Amino acid sequence: MSKIGIIIKREYLSRVRKKTFILTTLLTPLFFVGLISIVTAITINSIRKESVAVVDPSGILKESLVSSKTVTYDFNAGVDTSNFFKNKFSAVLFAPQTGSNKGNAYQVVSQNSLSRVAHDKIEEDISRAVENHLISEQLHVDPKHIDSLKTIAGKTVIQQVKKSDLEKNTESNFGLGQAIGYVTAFLIYITLFIYGVMVMRGVMEEKTSRVAEVIVSSVRPFELMMGKILGIGAVGLTQFLIWIVLITGLTLAAGAFVPHEVLQQAQQASSQVPGSMQQGSEMSRAFAQGMVTMGTVNWPLILTCFLFYFIGGYLFYAALFAAIGSAVNEDPQDAQSLTLPVTMPIVVAIIIMINSINDPSSTLATWASLIPFTSPIVMMSRIPFGVPDTVPYWQLALSMLLLVGGFLGTTWLSARIYRTGILLYGKKPTWKEMIKWIRR
Amino acid sequence: MILELRHLRKYYATQKAVDDISFSVEPGNIFGLLGPNGAGKTTLIRMLTGIILPDEGEVLFEGRAFDAEKDTASIGYMPEERGLYKKMKVGEQAIYLARLRGLTAKEAEDRTREWFDRLEMNSWWNKKVEDLSKGMSQKLQFVTTVAHRPKLIILDEPFSGLDPVNSNVIKEEIFRLARQGSTILFSTHRMEQVEEICNGIVLVNKGKKILDGTIKEVKQHFKENLFRIGFDKLPTVLEGPGFAVMGAVPHEPVITVHIDEGVSPNQVLQFFIDKGITVRSFNELLPSLNDIFIRLVEGTAASRQFQTINP
Repeated sequence: MSKIGIIIKREYLSRVRKKTFILTTLLTPLFFVGLISIVTAITINSIRKESVAVVDPSGILKESLVSSKTVTYDFNAGVDTSNFFKNKFSAVLFAPQTGSNKGNAYQVVSQNSLSRVAHDKIEEDISRAVENHLISEQLHVDPKHIDSLKTIAGKTVIQQVKKSDLEKNTESNFGLGQAIGYVTAFLIYITLFIYGVMVMRGVMEEKTSRVAEVIVSSVRPFELMMGKILGIGAVGLTQFLIWIVLITGLTLAAGAFVPHEVLQQAQQASSQVPGSMQQGSEMSRAFAQGMVTMGTVNWPLILTCFLFYFIGGYLFYAALFAAIGSAVNEDPQDAQSLTLPVTMPIVVAIIIMINSINDPSSTLATWASLIPFTSPIVMMSRIPFGVPDTVPYWQLALSMLLLVGGFLGTTWLSARIYRTGILLYGKKPTWKEMIKWIRR
Repeated sequence: MILELRHLRKYYATQKAVDDISFSVEPGNIFGLLGPNGAGKTTLIRMLTGIILPDEGEVLFEGRAFDAEKDTASIGYMPEERGLYKKMKVGEQAIYLARLRGLTAKEAEDRTREWFDRLEMNSWWNKKVEDLSKGMSQKLQFVTTVAHRPKLIILDEPFSGLDPVNSNVIKEEIFRLARQGSTILFSTHRMEQVEEICNGIVLVNKGKKILDGTIKEVKQHFKENLFRIGFDKLPTVLEGPGFAVMGAVPHEPVITVHIDEGVSPNQVLQFFIDKGITVRSFNELLPSLNDIFIRLVEGTAASRQFQTINP
């Protein structure tokens, strides 16, 4: 094995075998899936079952008021406001004498205030009961026929296509593009920070513990720096791979363990909140549409590009972080002031990215996706909108080329700062001095 | 010559760290590189190990130009500031550093184990470096320096921080390595150790070489014709031709004399014998390296001043 290989192996193993690495790698997905499960569980459990005694002089409700999982109705309890709670009812419903629905003729008396879900459910049930009663009484039609007709008619979903997109036969999947762009760009942003800082701290550790001097008498400083960058990069890839596998696995497993009924109940609960009812159906429509458009997304391209910009961006910035690490001494404040010029472009990139996912073809987004300082993040936010349409091939190729050139450049630059900085102790060097090291 | 330095020069922005230094070391020698703090020893050593390149001059290793990359397996280097990965296990660390010197995984493990056996460090194998005491990590550092059996071992202040027992252990190992044919170059400013261990020395100050040679040569060169004479009892007459009394040891019949140039010690001895005075002891006082060191370095400014260099 070459020496750089030995260094990569040490950098990799010493981090992967750390307890903190194992814990964060395993616990982060568990945390996410757990959080989602807990929220779901709370939603499900918060649905209280209400049993309602009904006082119904007209007898209209009795025929057509249907109990459900959320609310059960009892017509023969013979209770009133004074004793319903003793008889284990949570509320008593008084219907008006006549069968009409005019005015606030219905009244519910309850011990504790009813949940919003139950309140809406009762209103909905009464409206439906009255409606059904009128249909059968006045039209002489069985309400079930109407229901089945409604089912046959189905729900309308409008497919919105821009005129310019008509010939290209692509769906307008702007929202999905935004989502993918946002997630991938943000992942790269986080990675640059986490692993870039990890490289910097690794270099600082070697410098302050004076190991660097022992090692650079055996290998060239460049080999030590590259070994560290590649080793930590491999750690990052490993962590991501484990996260993807775990999150996918856990989500599938969680889906299998939750009983079908509970899921339905949860869905029901959310769709029963009026106001959000409209939203809910819109959401489910968007979801259905999303499932269709998901198929139109070029996943292999997006994943390949993600991997490329993830690695390219990491190499570009890790080298700069290594140079910073080699220049500072024990004082963490020195590190802070020196890292600022390196972290600034990353922060700027994320700001441009937020702009770019709303207008992926803007001039700013286009330029930022070509310049290597911002391209890993900004280009990733543009690619999901379609490659030949939103991002022409030449832009993608140029951006990738510039990024490769960029990280070769930063590596060369950093190696020159690194080889001087790693052996220099004492005060923090100024930028002017560091530029001198590069020239030397 | 295993190592030869020719007109090495390294200037920094405000210091002539190494200014035209040449010397050579014969194989199997234990060679001391002496000098006060800031004399340029560390810079010199860094150039010998290929960590930094000289501005001018050349380093020859076994007669040809030193190539840091190719010759790394033949050189062992222990820097003044000890450096080890704190979180790494002792055994793994030793193997890792040996492998970077070009050993295979198996060789590295075997030789490390061998050294751990010899220095009774086996129980440390799975401990982390941060759990070791200063002396222990010093010993570990020494092992990692020599485990790959280098021909040339360069030690920067190898005894600092060691107690007398461990100091002795390392000293014995240095002797043993020299007997086995390794050449050892070490820097120090502790003269008594140099007299005890080294064959040859070079003294540098302010980036320049001011002295080199074997210890015997150096001492002869700096001797001041001082002799110490011991009597049965202190004679009444102490004045004589060709010598002058420089002092006496209090409460003892012992005096120190300076013998004039061109006068043989025998003549002085004869003078006392002729007077019927019993001479118990008569020996030459050679200056200690410490004296020589102080004499050479004294008078120059105690610490180096910053200066402007115009290369």
